[in-house]
Amino acid sequence: MTTVLDLKHVSRVLTNEAVPVTLLHDINLTIDHGEFVAIVGPSGSGKSSLMYLLGLLDQPSAGDIILHGVNTTNAPESVLERLRLEKIGFVFQYHFLLPEFSALDNIMLPMRKLRALSHSQMRQRAEELLCYFGLKKAGHRLPGQLSGGERQRVAIARAMANDPLFLMADEPSGNLDTKNADLVFSLFERLAKEQNKTVITITHDPALAARAHRQINLVDGQLVTA
Amino acid sequence: MSLPLPLSLAIAYLVGRRRQTIISIAGVAMGVGFFIAVSAMMQGFHQYFIDKIIHVAPHVVMKDEFRTARIQPVTMQHPNSVVMLSGVKPRDERRGIRGGERIAQEIAQIDGVSVSPILSGQVFLRYGGKDVAVNLLGIDPVKEAAASNIQQDMIGGALSNLNTNSTGIIIGAGLARNLGAQLGAKLTVVSPQGVTLIMKVEGITRTGITELDYGQAYALLEKSQILQKRDQRINLIKMRLADVNRATILASALEARYGWRTEGWQETNQNIFGLFRLQEIIMQTVVGAILIVAGFGIFNIITTVIHEKERDIAILKSIGLSRRDIEAIFVLQGVMVGIAGALLGWALGWGLMQLLESFPINMTDESFMEIEHMMLYRTPRHYIDSGVLAVLAASISAYLPARRAAQLRPVDIIRSAA
Ligand SMILES: Nc1ncnc2c1ncn2[C@@H]1O[C@H](COP(=O)(O)OP(=O)(O)O)[C@@H](O)[C@H]1O
Ligand SMILES: [Mg+2]
Repeated sequence: MTTVLDLKHVSRVLTNEAVPVTLLHDINLTIDHGEFVAIVGPSGSGKSSLMYLLGLLDQPSAGDIILHGVNTTNAPESVLERLRLEKIGFVFQYHFLLPEFSALDNIMLPMRKLRALSHSQMRQRAEELLCYFGLKKAGHRLPGQLSGGERQRVAIARAMANDPLFLMADEPSGNLDTKNADLVFSLFERLAKEQNKTVITITHDPALAARAHRQINLVDGQLVTA
Repeated sequence: MSLPLPLSLAIAYLVGRRRQTIISIAGVAMGVGFFIAVSAMMQGFHQYFIDKIIHVAPHVVMKDEFRTARIQPVTMQHPNSVVMLSGVKPRDERRGIRGGERIAQEIAQIDGVSVSPILSGQVFLRYGGKDVAVNLLGIDPVKEAAASNIQQDMIGGALSNLNTNSTGIIIGAGLARNLGAQLGAKLTVVSPQGVTLIMKVEGITRTGITELDYGQAYALLEKSQILQKRDQRINLIKMRLADVNRATILASALEARYGWRTEGWQETNQNIFGLFRLQEIIMQTVVGAILIVAGFGIFNIITTVIHEKERDIAILKSIGLSRRDIEAIFVLQGVMVGIAGALLGWALGWGLMQLLESFPINMTDESFMEIEHMMLYRTPRHYIDSGVLAVLAASISAYLPARRAAQLRPVDIIRSAA
């Protein structure tokens, strides 16, 4: 197994507050290629803060984050943008679909930024993704015309658009009913198994977390071994 | 087939706020349209005026006066010392250009210059119980014809009649109307010097410049000299140049040579040119204000869109779009509003001009110039200038909020959205 994500003594402290707030303290963590990891922990324990660091949306106050062999700490913004575009797909609790764009066009957004495919190839790939996520007929609908579960699946399809190494999800089932939450986690399992994606998801549902290969428990900004 | 991503996002956002977008475009179009129409109107009027001046008025005039008071001989003798003189009285000189005829002949030798020596003075014209004070120009008809457009301005009678009838007088059309005098009418001409002559109307002129048409008359130079009791004198030398642009240079050369105050047409009309400049400044201020208002409109719509689309910005950044991509999305909206506004403004400006031209305006009577319809100066420059200005203003107005949008941190937005 190859390590695709390596955190060494990572901490995150907010210094622009009146009193410095420590969000994360001395995190050491490695994640292997194709692993399906669930991050669990009480509300406010720093799960999202950790995810933003893993996803290169935020920078640690100390320590190193090595993503696919690249030390991303203090890397130039252009390098981080490139890694986010090519290697990472994000899903959040809120779907963040662009309301003016159809499901298909939303899925094509990352591809259009990457410009690795021709327009018709992008379209074809988007349609394949829709199929894979059971949304064959939703392609031309606007996000407003989709159900909550469908929207979240379109968001996952968009995250997978550029065939990234990672799928990172911050409470993706937080707004979903049990049936749809279950569906989302089944998809994660499939992505890890069939496509060898490294899936990292936050959840506070123990039953869902149990379906992951590994659980990472966070309490008060520190890792706790289970 | 596929547009660049920032452009298609920009279009989607503009289409999403159709009403506000249309209002912004209309604001820009208004500024551009009025800029074009008002510029054309103003410059058209200025050009018409200049053409008229060049057509009607002499290009250079030499007058019987000095620009500065004459220096006392004693001062000239002691150039670097303080001289105190008491009891100095100005000499009661006979007015007129001394040696004027000779000067006129000398000037006439210069290539491309036609010269007309004149004695002008105030007289009263009396006809049918009406009394009108006018400026009577005593002329040599042949020289005056060469140095002015009086021939073309004749609408009745003939200039040459002055040669056959030495007591003939030529009057302006407005004057003829005021007096009720027609060709052949016998006017009583009375000078302030107390000389009275009976003169027959031998011609009527019409220049289109009210001041001249209502207040000027021509007679032979000798008759004017008799009326003014100024034998052999002239007090004005009119010059007409083949190249009007030489007027100022020639005027200063002649003044340096002869000492008499000599003005080119630009100097003679400098009050009016100053007024033109003022008009231009006022117009530019108004157009600037319109563009600033339009700019605020664009600033406002872009700021609103950014606020509304914070979540889109966050996800686009997390996907990997760069700051410049985000900036481009919103600047492009401004550019598009600017371009659409400019194009619409061009059409509006063109339409306004058609409208203005179709309205007859009657300013033939009391205003200082005869104008029968709007003179418009049409030039691509007005379109180019206004277009560039509009797109520039729109882009800057959009750039300011766009720069802030590019700096938004996706984490902050995602946190507040959850
Ligand atoms: N920008 C911030 N300013 C102040 N406190 C913050 C900020 N971001 C996060 N926090 C705090 O840090 C803690 C961890 O937040 P978060 O990572 O969102 O936890 P989780 O996702 O586990 O609920 C929380 O107590 C939160 O209130
Ligand atoms: Mg959280």
